[in-house]
Amino acid sequence: MGTHIYKINPEFRDIMPKEIIDLEENATWSDTTDKRGIKELPETKELLEEHSLCAGCPEAAALRYVLAALPKPEDTVIVNSTGCTSLMFPHIALHTVHSLFGNQNAVATGIKRVLDWRFPDIEKDVVVLAGDGATVDIGLDYTLQSFFRQENITTICFDNEVYANTGGQESGATPKGQVFKMAPTGKKFEKVKMWELAVTSGCHYSMNMTASAPKAVAKAVREAIFVARYLGPTFLNIYTPCILEIGLNANEGLREMKEQDKERFAAFKFVSPEAEELLAKLKEEGRL
Amino acid sequence: MANQGPAYYSPYPTAVYEGIITPPEGKALLLTKVVDEETAMREVARVMLTSENATIFPGPQVLYGYNEEAKKKAKLIKEMSEVLNAKMIPMYDYRPKYPKIDAEVEINPNHPNLTIWHNNIKAAIFIGVHCHYANVALKIVRCETDCYTIAMCGLSGHEDAMATLRDMHSHELEKFIKIAREVKSELKL
Ligand SMILES: Cc1ncc(C[n+]2csc(CCOP(=O)(O)OP(=O)(O)O)c2C)c(N)n1
Ligand code: SF4
Ligand SMILES: [Mg+2]
Repeated sequence: MGTHIYKINPEFRDIMPKEIIDLEENATWSDTTDKRGIKELPETKELLEEHSLCAGCPEAAALRYVLAALPKPEDTVIVNSTGCTSLMFPHIALHTVHSLFGNQNAVATGIKRVLDWRFPDIEKDVVVLAGDGATVDIGLDYTLQSFFRQENITTICFDNEVYANTGGQESGATPKGQVFKMAPTGKKFEKVKMWELAVTSGCHYSMNMTASAPKAVAKAVREAIFVARYLGPTFLNIYTPCILEIGLNANEGLREMKEQDKERFAAFKFVSPEAEELLAKLKEEGRL
Repeated sequence: MANQGPAYYSPYPTAVYEGIITPPEGKALLLTKVVDEETAMREVARVMLTSENATIFPGPQVLYGYNEEAKKKAKLIKEMSEVLNAKMIPMYDYRPKYPKIDAEVEINPNHPNLTIWHNNIKAAIFIGVHCHYANVALKIVRCETDCYTIAMCGLSGHEDAMATLRDMHSHELEKFIKIAREVKSELKL
């Protein structure tokens, strides 16, 4: 697929809304720029039009960084799962697939395999983006199985340490002792270190981080997608606190993430030797 | 309704439940009747020319120039709008609009009735809308408005439209425009 599919026929230009004209003229695609990145967020047309999350929800900011960092958005399919994240997906100007809650890595597997079979000459990226409930809890089986099978997909978990969309139940990613509206006695066991499980299960690239630094998120997304494209599964665990469930105001998400940069989300980065080699080569070629 | 089995899942009284199905190849559907394509084209042209605020809703398959046929169709649809004195309102993609659509200038398959109500549209042509979304939109419009809907479909048509012209490629569109011109002069418009 090329970006020509977005070219509006001249006969209809005068009736198209401005945001669609902007998408054609002012959004970045892989054939319009070598390096997409968060630095273009203020200047170019974003691929996320609007969203319906709580005001100040860090998930929305993090998704903007992810979208800005996709190396080849026009050839990317994002698979998501039910949850707060899924409220943003209908507003993205890209191919997105909403899968049944928890099934996202199984669905992504099928999509990736079919794309490779159907378009052997085009590099297509499949990225899973789902919450911690979907990734680390109810969908853990599917997540891990896709790592075991060495599927060429990138899995991004927006870890807000809670089932947010259903009003606050604990998930595997909830820290020990945490109380939520629907987990009144407090979590009884430790937060699952999904980034470590990912390494044990065969991921070539795994990170734990917060979304406090946009550049760092964009870099991780880009690297993870390239490694998944050429080597095998990659995993990013990104803290996007649910300000609603932990009782913060709309302007307090960033501070919360910065604090957690030193705590539960202290930087963890694993890159397999093959992935190191690949990333070095891509850097040399100017693709990173 | 909900108790009448899977066919009645839809809250809308869709056409198939009334025994209306898409026309066979070479034919067209006018309300409940299968008719010759030319008969339907004449009637469609008449309805569009004589209804208040007649509008064409072009969908993504013709709005974007992704292949030669789409580019050709775009030119013909523009010509068709001039012949029919019809306004054009785009259905440019299928994302739900948040917080709300501008019903004056756009239409969305998830709430097409808003655009039709707002602009008091009494006849409309849907063209270039992918079948699954045309099905959704036409069912809602059929139930919620008194708009005479016309599906110009590249495949087998839509029973939920009041009139359906199937296999409408650029060649058939040319034929329709010719007929519409004739009807227009017969009506002395
Ligand atoms: C198969 C299935 N089971 C359960 C649900 C109910 N459900 C909807 S959203 C959600 C929680 C999502 O939590 P998470 O994945 O952490 O995303 P968040 O809302 O926190 O971003 C659940 C359990 C569902 N929609 N489908
Ligand atoms: S409930 Fe929490 S995670 Fe969901 S949109 Fe609101 S702040 Fe974000
Ligand atoms: Mg969550």
